[in-house]
Amino acid sequence: MTATTGKAWCFGDEINTDLLAPGLYMKSSNEVMASHCLESVAPDFAKMVQDGDVIVGGHNFGIGSAREQAALSLRILKVGAVLAESFARTFYRNALNFGVPCLFFPEYKEINQNDRLKVDSVSGTVENLTSGKQYRVSPIPAHLMEMIVDGGLMPHLKKKFAKAG
Amino acid sequence: MQKNKGNPAMTATLVEKIIARAAGKARVTPGEIVTCKVDLAMILDSGGPRKIWPRLKELGVGVWDPEKIIVVSDHFVPAVDAETAAILKLARDFVREYKIKHFYDMKGICHIVLTENGHLEPGMFACGGDSHSTMGGAYGCYMAGFGGIEMTGVCITGEIWTRVPETIRVDWSGAFNTAVVAKDVMLFLCRQLGMDNAFTAIEYGGDTIAAMSMSERAVLCNMAAELGGETGVIAPDAKTLAAIRAGGTEPKPDALSWRSDDGARFAARHNFNAAELQPQVAAPHAPSNSGGVDDYKGVKIDQAYIGACVGAKLSDLQMAASVLTGRKVASHVRLLVAPASQKIYAEAAADGTLNILTDAGAIMLASGCGACAALGAGVLSEGETCISTTNRNFKGRMGSNQASVYLGSPYTVAAAAAAGAIADPREFLQ
Ligand code: SF4
Repeated sequence: MTATTGKAWCFGDEINTDLLAPGLYMKSSNEVMASHCLESVAPDFAKMVQDGDVIVGGHNFGIGSAREQAALSLRILKVGAVLAESFARTFYRNALNFGVPCLFFPEYKEINQNDRLKVDSVSGTVENLTSGKQYRVSPIPAHLMEMIVDGGLMPHLKKKFAKAG
Repeated sequence: MQKNKGNPAMTATLVEKIIARAAGKARVTPGEIVTCKVDLAMILDSGGPRKIWPRLKELGVGVWDPEKIIVVSDHFVPAVDAETAAILKLARDFVREYKIKHFYDMKGICHIVLTENGHLEPGMFACGGDSHSTMGGAYGCYMAGFGGIEMTGVCITGEIWTRVPETIRVDWSGAFNTAVVAKDVMLFLCRQLGMDNAFTAIEYGGDTIAAMSMSERAVLCNMAAELGGETGVIAPDAKTLAAIRAGGTEPKPDALSWRSDDGARFAARHNFNAAELQPQVAAPHAPSNSGGVDDYKGVKIDQAYIGACVGAKLSDLQMAASVLTGRKVASHVRLLVAPASQKIYAEAAADGTLNILTDAGAIMLASGCGACAALGAGVLSEGETCISTTNRNFKGRMGSNQASVYLGSPYTVAAAAAAGAIADPREFLQ
């Protein structure tokens, strides 16, 4: 599945790793951590988010620490994709390596909370089903998408070597 | 390269050329995601074997190429407790088990050891398990830092994906004033360019850079990490080739061809005048929180630290010695010096630098990461103030998160050690 359709959750600029993975829960399980994801900016997010929903951020999404739980929480919550004007390097790499597609999306301000979005990471298209507008984004190549669909780098390697061996 | 003149669409930056070569493509565009074949992978005691080995076992696989994986023990050396001793033992066992060809056990800090032994060459695509792996770019290669999981992937497959960065070109022209060095350039640039230049590579050039020694150029690439860049890079020249030869490797015939094309497209270009730069100091708790040394004059210190990959090369120790010749460290200050490698330690002993430092009252520490990341000897207590030649001063970086760490060049740190408070190094060099 290289495409996702879901509701837009809009968060704006500078969403940092403390908002994504609050330090208070660093010692909790990954699942508990995920249940607190983004709660200080959207208290209902973790409860209400549905499989395939799309997070829309602005400048420097994922800025902060290298903590992998920031990206892992989005995976656990089955977020379909993250669109943002720009990403912090470590968050971006962690997210793709945990199977969460991240796409650079300069037009993020044109998306409203609850819009229905269809995002195809491989063809590089974003469709706002609510407004009818279409956008082109820089795609994720199919071979990397394989890793993302497998759930990230480790599951991908596991699958690959199980097949080979 | 001449043939590309006048057709910007056909030009490429140095970084784009290296990534294209590693990805097996004719050319790449910034923003594009490609998978690269890795020429060299460096892993460390801290996040290397102890994170990678269990995953190799879990997957039931071995390593991709024991000749291309370099293991260095530097973060936890020498062991200070049973836990760090076990981490180091595990690294040694890993090297034996997987027949790793190059293992530098307690020889010095990884980024330094790589270059001392001729491992880096222009055009290479290299990965390191440490954020300051950017330092390798001083040799005209592409070298970036990655976390433990990604280095596991590299050690198994010999490949890694990357989003092709844009290149920001930073040119310096003119000559530096007394006591102004590459470290001052970087503290200035952290303030000027900010620390969030993600998905960019910083390419340095200009006559000032051409005149710099390799160890000074390395500072610029090391602290590209503080600018938030993927890496820092400097096109090779005769000095680069000489340094590679000194490491025992004969550079490839095409080494000097690795450079940005004339007319290559940069995301931004900056030009600075070296003659206008004053010695810089970064105040707690970020390298970008910097200003001219005069802004911080008189801040009383408890400790001065000359250490780390970025700030304890032979030239750094010599800078400190030039300030401390015939002087003493202030009575309330401890000056700790940890040469960046065993080789540097020996060279500084041979040329008299160590004598000057210890005569002044310096306490010598082992070659390793040590106090830079609060991993070894020399950490700070609550309420203490330190000035350091290291590259980061984030809260808690050198020990207590109630400590204050200032950053400066070896000249500035040595001057503060002698004065007992932050001082202008120019006044010590007349
Ligand atoms: S000396 Fe400091 S900055 Fe350099 S590799 Fe070690 S911990 Fe990192």
